[in-house]
Parts: sequence; C-alpha cells; structure tokens
Amino acid sequence: MLQARGICKAFPGVQALAGVSLTVHAGEVLAVLGENGAGKSTLMKILAGIYTPDAGELLLDNQPVRFSNVADAMVRGILLIHQELNLAENLSVAANLFLGHEEVRGGLLGWLNRRAMNVHAQQLLERVGLDVAPSRLVGDLPLGQRQMVEIARALSRKARVLIMDEPTSSLTQRETERLFEVIAELKRSGVAVVYISHRLMEVQAVADRVVVLRDGRNSGELAREEITHRRMVELMVGRDLKQFFRRGHAAGGAGVVPAQDDTGIVAETGTASIRPEGHPIRLEVRELCYQGGPETPVSFAVRGGEIVGMAGLVGAGRTELAEALFGLRPLLRGEVRLDGQPVAIRSPSDAIAAGLLLAPEDRRQYGLVLEESVQHNLGLPNLDQNSRLGLVSPRRESDMARRLCERLRVRTPRLSQPVGLLSGGNQQKVVLGKWLAKQPRVLILDEPTRGVDVGAKSEIYALMDELAAAGIAIIMISSDLEEVLGMSDRVVVLHEGRLAGELPRTALSEQAIMHLATGGSNY
Amino acid sequence: MTRLLGVLLMVLVLYAVLMGFFERARSLDNHQVLARRLGFYGVLTLGVGVLIVTGGIDLSIGSLVGLSAVAFGHLMNKHHWQPWTAATIVIAGSVLIGLFHGLLVTGLRLQPFLVTLCGLFMYRGLARKLSDTAVVLPYESVQPQAEWLRSFLVSGKTLGLPHVLLLLGLLAALLALVLHGSVYGRYWYAIGYNEQAARYAGIATNRYKIAAYIISSTCAGLGGVIFLLEYRNATPSDAGALLELYAITGAVLGGCSLRGGEGTVPGMILGAAVLPLLAQICNTSPYIGSQLEYTVIGGALLLATIANELVTRISKRR
Repeated sequence: MLQARGICKAFPGVQALAGVSLTVHAGEVLAVLGENGAGKSTLMKILAGIYTPDAGELLLDNQPVRFSNVADAMVRGILLIHQELNLAENLSVAANLFLGHEEVRGGLLGWLNRRAMNVHAQQLLERVGLDVAPSRLVGDLPLGQRQMVEIARALSRKARVLIMDEPTSSLTQRETERLFEVIAELKRSGVAVVYISHRLMEVQAVADRVVVLRDGRNSGELAREEITHRRMVELMVGRDLKQFFRRGHAAGGAGVVPAQDDTGIVAETGTASIRPEGHPIRLEVRELCYQGGPETPVSFAVRGGEIVGMAGLVGAGRTELAEALFGLRPLLRGEVRLDGQPVAIRSPSDAIAAGLLLAPEDRRQYGLVLEESVQHNLGLPNLDQNSRLGLVSPRRESDMARRLCERLRVRTPRLSQPVGLLSGGNQQKVVLGKWLAKQPRVLILDEPTRGVDVGAKSEIYALMDELAAAGIAIIMISSDLEEVLGMSDRVVVLHEGRLAGELPRTALSEQAIMHLATGGSNY
Repeated sequence: MTRLLGVLLMVLVLYAVLMGFFERARSLDNHQVLARRLGFYGVLTLGVGVLIVTGGIDLSIGSLVGLSAVAFGHLMNKHHWQPWTAATIVIAGSVLIGLFHGLLVTGLRLQPFLVTLCGLFMYRGLARKLSDTAVVLPYESVQPQAEWLRSFLVSGKTLGLPHVLLLLGLLAALLALVLHGSVYGRYWYAIGYNEQAARYAGIATNRYKIAAYIISSTCAGLGGVIFLLEYRNATPSDAGALLELYAITGAVLGGCSLRGGEGTVPGMILGAAVLPLLAQICNTSPYIGSQLEYTVIGGALLLATIANELVTRISKRR
C-alpha cells in the first residue's frame, strides 16, 4: 500500500538516511527496528510529511506522492503517533482527540459542536479501554493515560497507515495488552500498522514482518517465522550481543574495590566483583512520608554495591519517591540515613552535597540543556571543580569532559556538539556522566534506558555494573521487566505509592513482580 | 474558575473602596467616566489578550493607539475626510500592521517581543512625523459629523450605559464566541500551550497566529479612534504611551498566562476594569496622589500574581 524507495535525508553534519526502502501492505504489522540514530524516526517523519526527503520517492497505492506538510499526509490517511507526546495539556481529552479536525456546525470560523465531539470521544476512549471523562484536562492525566489518548487520537482519523513510535514506553502491562487488541482490530479492518519499539519481546508478539535499519541503510528483513530475539539483535547491531546484562558485581568471588581515577569513575578492573550482602547499608529510608505521597510511610534500605530495582505500574509513585529523596518534594515525616548518618534533604543541592544523585526520567526536560554542548552539560554541576574565583576554566572543563566521554563511550563528533543532536543512548550517558564526577554514594536512575537502543542499553548496563562494583548504591526505577529481572540484586515493588513488597534475587520472576505491582500481597 | 473569581473579588473590593471612601466618586457622572475608561481599556486588553493566549505579545499597542489617533485627526483636519472614511482607513491600516507583525513572527520566525518592540519605536516616530503639534477633533463648523460621532460614542447612552461600553460588550461577545466556541479559538489555545503539538496535529499554525496579531493591532487602531473622540486631542509624542503595558496588565490580571494557552474573555474584561478603578482611587485619595499611580498598579499586579501562585499551590496540595 505505502512504499518508500531509496529515501535519502541529510541534516547538518549527519547523513540520517542513505537510500532506505520500505514497503507496507494493508492489514499487516510491520515492525521497524534499529539502534537509535539508525534513522527510524527520520524515516517515519518523512512518511508522515514532517520532513521532505532529499532523494527517493514515496508511492501510495503505486502512485507517486509528495507530502509538503503533516496535513497532506493526514488527508491521505498516514498518521504518526509520536514518541514524545504531542498533546495540548491545557485542553480537554475530547479537544485533543479532535485537534485539527474538529466537528463543526459550519460557519465562517467553524463553530464547535462540543456535544457531538464528547459523544464520539467517549466511543474512542472505550475503544482503547481508557476510562476517563472526555472533559478531563489532559494535563491532569498520568503519562500512561496520555499515551492512550494519543493512540485514541490517531483512531479518530481515518487511518490507512498508522505509524506508532515507541507506543508502549509508558504503558502498563494491561494497557499494552489492550493496545495489541486495538492493533489486531486495525489489522482486520485493513489498516497497515508500522510499529517501532526497542522492546523486542513485544515486537515478537505483534509483528508480521520486521525491517531492520542500520546507519541509515536497510540492514535486513525478517518474515513472521524468522523473528527471534537473537536474529533481530544481530541485524540491529551487526554483531552478536553475547551477554546482554552484565552483572559482574553480584556474581560472587572475593570483593576487590576497584581504584577510582580523579573523576570519580571506576577504572577498568576486569573482573571486579563484590557480594553486596557483605557491604554495609548505604542508604536507609525510615518511615518516610513526603508531599503528594501515600499515607503509609515508606521504609527500605540499599547496600553499597547493590542494584535495587524499583518496579511498579506507571503512576505507582516511583518517580515521586525518587523526587522526594532528591529534595524535589518536601519530606513530611521520617528519616533518610546515608552510611548510618541522618541527613536533612531540603533541596536538590542538599542531596547532591550528600552524594545522593538522581538521573531523571525525562532527560530531555530535566536532565539536560539540549541546546548546550556536551562539554557544558557535563560541566554544569561540576563548576565548583572547574572554576577559580567564579571564572570557569574552559581547559579544565574540557579535560574533564573528554575523560568522561572516553570513560562512558559517549559517541559524539566533538565536545562542542549540542547534546540534543546525540542519540538517546548517548544523551543518557551524558546525564550519568554529569553525576559521576561528583563522587556519588547513591545513584537513583529513573528509567535509565527509556528510548535507548539495544547497543547503548547494554553499554549503560555495563556502566551501572561498574558503578555498583565501585560501591555505589543504585536504585533503578524501570518499567521494563526484562531489565528489572536482568539487572537487579533485589526488587522493591510499589503499588499506589505504598511499598507493596520486596523480592530477593532468588525469588525474582515476572509473575511475582506483577503480582505485587497490581496490589497482590507478598509471597 | 478560581482565577475568574479572584479577579472579580478584586474588582468588587476596589469598587467598594472607591465608593466607600470618596463621596465624589459616587456620582452618576463619575460612573459614566469609569464606564468609558473601561470601554477604552477593555478594547485594548481584549486584543492583546487573544494574542497572549496564542503565546504572543504586542508591545506596540500604545504607539499604535497614538499613531491611529493622530492619523485619524490628521485625515479629517488636513485632508477634510469624512470621519467615517478616516476611521475606516485608520483601522484598515492597523489591520495591515498586524498582518506585518504576524508575517514577521511566522515567516521569518522572529521573536514577537522584538518585532513589536521595534513597532513601538516606529509607530511613535511616524505619529510625530505626521504632525508636529497636537491634533484635535475638528470643530463642528468644519466637520459636523465628527462631533456627532463623538456625541454618539462617548456621550451617547442606551439604558444609561455609554456606547463605548456597549461597543466593548459587542466586541467581547464576538471574541468570546470565537475564542470559546470556534475552531479558531481552540487552535489558539493549543498553539499557545504547545505549538509543536498543534503543528503535528496538522494545523496550519501560522495562519492562526497571524490572525491573532491582526486582532491585537486592529483593537489598537480602534482604540486610537476612540482616544481622539474621547479626549478631543492627541499629542503625537505621548498619546497612548504605556497603554500596551496597561493592556497586558489587564490581560494578565484577568487570567492570561504570558506563557500562552490560558485566559478567558470575561477574565480579560474584569482585568481591564481593575485599572480605571485603581487610577481613580490614586487620583482622588489625598494620601496616595496621582504620582504613585504606577507604583500602585505595579504593586496590585504583583499582589495578584502572588495570590494566584499561592492559591494554585494550595489547590494542588489538596
């Protein structure tokens, strides 16, 4: 139905696409895979009319088409659900669902027909299984529900080709299942679905065909029966990823604390491995209540060198708890102890001074200054080390940035590159790098691999492993169960803000986590 | 909603203070004066309010009021145009100026603040070039219709309400329909809050932004015409000066966020009503005096902003 041939697109300094071809048929789900920076998003934006290609052509029903803007593509039934949510939060759910194609009673300016829109909005919401009133403000909804609104919005238009860019990254298990039902329904009615995801399990479940991109080129294609985890990863990275989750730190053996260089980063020590059980407790949270949190106080502890996974459904209050620990939310009661000493955290600067650091979930908004260079982003929290008499020493800053980039394997053409132009994985490494120079004692990583491709994911896991080996206590908030199971020494599960239970490594399973996350009692 | 109640409360309190402490203010004549001021400020506030909803700003309003008032008088005195023709031409000119602003902001992606700041200087200069001395409303012997227009719009009343106020009511009703009931308004809110989301929804955002700039300038042009009719003369060097800040203040008091995406027509009208009340309180009170008028307005805006912030925080905590 929709065909792209030899698409090329260059941005200043990057050849994003170098001759990519793609065909989508009616009634099939085509998964497009590739590492970040492979050109998936660019290709999708070309299909949806946001970018125009430098070379190559698009064919719709075997007729050449040119889209000069989003509206052109929409009229032809090609719709894109964006990875970054694009909703107007000041408007109601119904207003967002029909934004750009309101139902009107006519008139020069188009008088809105609110009643009709509310009725139809209700039907659309039921279709995606979202139980909210159409008159609710989108800004009041949690992230997962907003994603469902975005999906419902695409259904409100007559779609022929529906492109979903990472639709499940903020959905709960149940919402994801509901999304798959919707996709099956769309398939039956002859809609072509293009599905982009880094979650290979999902791709395996939903895709009829897989197209893999690498470095702006086609790297391979898999038919339904060929789709396996291993084959997909091979095509994406062009090599075999033998060990995805590196968990050297908990693998047993004599504990050797690796040396640190002056940036506070662990030097490569090969097989450094420590039993976290033997380490003293680093962070202890006693009977903590915080603003916007649950009535029941939260208590838990993390040992040095331990990676504690924090699981729970979207909206379970994991991010809120992290924000409270980092001083972004006022603490009402209870105590936080670091290495046995009580600490008073009233602001992020208190937390940073105590060595308790947070890499936030929405790194583009809270973690980075996107327009600024890699060097400046890395230097921002470390200006105390790199300045004298209030003047920044550019040489010291660039020295530190260079060391961090090498250590973290940040792929950037130069240190002056704006961070916003790096891929998601490299952006995340810069966020981590910012904190590493601060000698962290506790590191809270909120969704550290959200929107990060497979290759960079494994590098981030390796990095977390090294940090833990250096004795840092790591709390990893993640909605990716694969990741929680693979990386955690222990898992705490939150449900509606409460600590629903704790699972040791030996008792970890997807079922056990979901049981607790959905409000079941501890095993 | 709380925002609307807040500004309503502010207007009521100020009105009660004015009426309670100053006997002279209670006269029917003074109510007429207040209503006329509200009509004038309200027109400007509505115009810039709609623009602020889309995330834009217009700093050229005061200068454009001055230029329009001077041009209106100039055309009638020097070129002996009929008032109706002159007013129409002046307002059409301000439509073009709004179009010019809009095209610069959307086409060249210049910052609204900058474009209209340049306008602030340019239109003031043009007004001074147009006439060295103050222009006056032509005498009845020269232009009988000018005096008639003045007596209709400024002194004319229906059911005790000055026609300027009714004009504002008409404009408010129209803009309320557009802002709250039409596709245009819906897109303005969306653009103001998240322009990228609007663009990705397939909306031709530029067209709607240009429309908002035109509305703001047109209201300023209309304001210039009212200015000359009301005050009978306009000095090119300072007629309308600082009015852009009054208009923006009114819009913000009425619930518009300078970040865009927020604000209602009733709020803007109430916000505009605060200014003439405050001005009268300052001018009538022996303790404050007109020298402190700006300080009082600034303080009131600051207090309102602080109150709004606190109320939002408390309601979020619940």
